[in-house]
Amino acid sequence: MSQTSPGARLDLAGVLTGVRRMAPLSLFVVVFGLAFGVAALSRGLSGLEAMMMSALVFAGASQFAALELWGPEIPLLPLIATTFAINARHLLMGAAIQPWLAHLPPKQRYASLVVMSDSNWAMAVADHQRGETNVGMLVGGGIALWLTWLAGTLLGVLFGSGIAEPERFGLDVIMGCFLLAMLVGGRRDLSMLVPWGAAALAALAAMAWLPPHSHVIVGALAGGLAGLLVWPDRKKREAVA
Amino acid sequence: MSLPSTLAGSAVAILLMALVTYLTRAGGVFVMSRLPIGPRVERFINAMAGSVLVAVITPMAIQGDWGARLALLATLTVMLASHKTLAAISAGIATAALWRLVA
Repeated sequence: MSQTSPGARLDLAGVLTGVRRMAPLSLFVVVFGLAFGVAALSRGLSGLEAMMMSALVFAGASQFAALELWGPEIPLLPLIATTFAINARHLLMGAAIQPWLAHLPPKQRYASLVVMSDSNWAMAVADHQRGETNVGMLVGGGIALWLTWLAGTLLGVLFGSGIAEPERFGLDVIMGCFLLAMLVGGRRDLSMLVPWGAAALAALAAMAWLPPHSHVIVGALAGGLAGLLVWPDRKKREAVA
Repeated sequence: MSLPSTLAGSAVAILLMALVTYLTRAGGVFVMSRLPIGPRVERFINAMAGSVLVAVITPMAIQGDWGARLALLATLTVMLASHKTLAAISAGIATAALWRLVA
């Protein structure tokens, strides 16, 4: 279970491959973007502001949540706290790929992270687990997602009211199905069922008893801890035995 | 503290959101690069990587309607059987749409 690859590299060919591999999936993102554009206008943002938010923030869930706070006045502290809470999962996602990205020069490393979001991160992690060293999936996939998120927002801003009930067409389940496919498509390792079970239970408990949006972080940390507790230093014991 | 939602006020609020979001994207890497990564930290991280996704998906299954639940089930089944991501996601979407058409 140690690192599967000795290094990391980032080149144009890898990035283009990443864009291409994400392209079919990122078409779904257009629909999310469209929904965001529509919602933003209905909350009183201008088209320009909606586009700015999609371009600069590029984190769907937190953008939708921010709309809830938008009014004649924008309360800054709640806005910052909500944005942080919803996006704090990025901290854990970054931590998970740090051993891999550590092989990149710092400028490339921190530039790559600008476009890190759930889907391209998940695909890049799956790549890494298969022994891939090229970080192009993270960057190229991120660029594809960014472009389609922006295109979707633009469509929403321009032709807002077209799609009234996206859930009728099953469009609201795209994200969940995508992430589940990533989870199952990654490394097949039954020992992961214990931490994943712990993560699910902790996330549900956090939803019931802890502040909104804390469940992702609580679940992820619980899963990590379960991974530690279930196999305490197995390698050492095997070495002794 | 609040800003008026003029263009300038909104721009400042959006820039703050962007800054906070980038800090979350870079922060995990920044902190971990300053921690020694032993086998325990590595095992924690390995278990955590999938757990993030589990923690995002679980509420969708619990709070969602049967359309959402069956969609996840369809995706899981197709993914386990065929390992084809696009097919798995399409199956999920189709299942949710069909369920809601019928139910």
